[in-house]
Amino acid sequence: MTEGRSRAFYLLSAVFALYTLFLYGPTLTILVLSFQGPNGGMTFPMNGVSLHWFHNLWAGIGVPNVVDALKNSLKLGLAVTLATVVISVMAGYAFRRPFKGANLLFFTAIASLILPSIVVSLGIALEFQLFNQGISGLGDHLVDSYVDIDNATAWTNLLGNLGIAIQDNFQTLMGLFTSGFGAHLTWTLPFGLLIMFAVFNRFNPAYEEAARDLGASSWQTFRHVVLPMIAPSLIGVALFGFTLSFDEIARSSQTVGAVNTLPLTLRGLTTTVTTPVIYALGTVTTAVSFAVIATAILVMLIVQHRRRRHGSDAGRALA
Amino acid sequence: MLEMKSRWAPYWQAAPLAIVFLIFFVLPLLVTVAVSFWTYTGYSIEPAFVGDNYATAFDKCFSSLPELCTTFRTYLSTLKFCLMVWLITLVLGFTIAYFLVFEVKSNNARLILALITTIPFWTSNVIRMISWIPLLGRNGLVNQSLMSAGIIAEPIDWLLYSDFSVVLALVHLNTVFMIVPILNSMSRIDKSLVEAAYDTGASGWQTLWNVIIPLSKTGIAIGSIFVITVVMGDFISIGIMGGQQIASAGKVIEAQINALQFPIAAANAVVLLVIVLMIIWTLLRFVDIRKEL
Repeated sequence: MTEGRSRAFYLLSAVFALYTLFLYGPTLTILVLSFQGPNGGMTFPMNGVSLHWFHNLWAGIGVPNVVDALKNSLKLGLAVTLATVVISVMAGYAFRRPFKGANLLFFTAIASLILPSIVVSLGIALEFQLFNQGISGLGDHLVDSYVDIDNATAWTNLLGNLGIAIQDNFQTLMGLFTSGFGAHLTWTLPFGLLIMFAVFNRFNPAYEEAARDLGASSWQTFRHVVLPMIAPSLIGVALFGFTLSFDEIARSSQTVGAVNTLPLTLRGLTTTVTTPVIYALGTVTTAVSFAVIATAILVMLIVQHRRRRHGSDAGRALA
Repeated sequence: MLEMKSRWAPYWQAAPLAIVFLIFFVLPLLVTVAVSFWTYTGYSIEPAFVGDNYATAFDKCFSSLPELCTTFRTYLSTLKFCLMVWLITLVLGFTIAYFLVFEVKSNNARLILALITTIPFWTSNVIRMISWIPLLGRNGLVNQSLMSAGIIAEPIDWLLYSDFSVVLALVHLNTVFMIVPILNSMSRIDKSLVEAAYDTGASGWQTLWNVIIPLSKTGIAIGSIFVITVVMGDFISIGIMGGQQIASAGKVIEAQINALQFPIAAANAVVLLVIVLMIIWTLLRFVDIRKEL
């Protein structure tokens, strides 16, 4: 350990440096190339420097429009983030005490994390297809049984009209905020749950006991003692929720219905677009991800810094 | 009263999680298994109990042995990618984790370096794959450099849209899944155990092999499960980096979905699921995941 240590250290440092280059190098390459001049190509050399491809991007490329796809991804990402944080905290709380089915639920979450996304995606698509067939079938059945029949009553008319309404209006339950939303949750929730496990395993229950001894209700204990203490970890859960949803592609592939998310659009563009506009899109997408990551890390650092100076701010929310 | 309330609390607190997994994970898997025995018309899938879909999935696979049918070849190719990516990410991930835990002495530096390895995981995989195009393409940076250095006369074709680029991208995207669990296991190793090994005369390699690797076993197993399951089911990376020309188990399913052959896709999904579960089951014999949390 003493003799060979420094040599191992330098060797491993070099490996780490190369790995970092391997991780970030390609992304930096397209970052540079996205500022390619209007006549430049997909590879080096740079043919001037311009914002041409960003203008091009904003004017809209692809069908459906890539800007709409970006908006879809942002909206879905925010919804998934919110749901992931709330559901993970609740479940994290639940797992602190034994309950029937705890093991089953835990292993289901792990299974959801590691089973192939294409299988999950197909499964959700099939399930929703069955829902759709069921609803359309019900509509047809109602129309067949109650429309234009002898001895109609108010009741049969109502059912008949319901059937007509289904036939006329119903298309699909599948969509960004139904099947797509659920598909994303099967991917983000296991991460959220694992983070909450790590948080509560290190959480000292004495704080809660003290709060309860002082007469706080369960909700007050959570709101004014536990929540402020676990807040930084919740930012971590939110970070996972948003970034994983924003970049999700495999589970979205069969589940978002007629609309597209940004990664799905991007994937389509890889085979059709042959100009640096795709790099501009890559730069914008990566910039969004980095903005979110930087904000999350910054907020966590600020919270920690304040704690170090003032001690925990648990309880201050009351004031 | 309070006792009663607190006894029921875990149930309603866990309910949203359980409901999401029931509707969007458990039920879909059951539906997939069921539909794999159904028949289909151009417009809808119809309940039935037939083995036709499995027969189609394994068309002529057993009669033509020892000649390999398309399905077997596809699975073999997917397993080949799995094995290669697993080996590379394992060695790379273990090395990085070892460096962070045993060579980096400052806690802050370790945290920052660990973050550096994790941040790309939170960015878009598709973009990270597209990023290789200007480097590996026929007129890419690698070919340009090699040619101007006089090492090659003609551009190398197999850098992009090849087995090579698929493995490269899969390693690029998934090494983090190896690093994090191994880092987690390794950072719990009591440093005095390592000291003791050296003090009693063990060499660096002996310590690594007899102390550190056995104690990192759980992390290695968890990382392996992640990487192997991701690669087994992959159809995005193999699609983009293989120029949509290389087959994989996941891509077969995707192609059948696009052709609206849902029951056949379901049958293939069940086969894939069974294979992945067997791999996981084998790896789980080495570890107890819950102990790691």
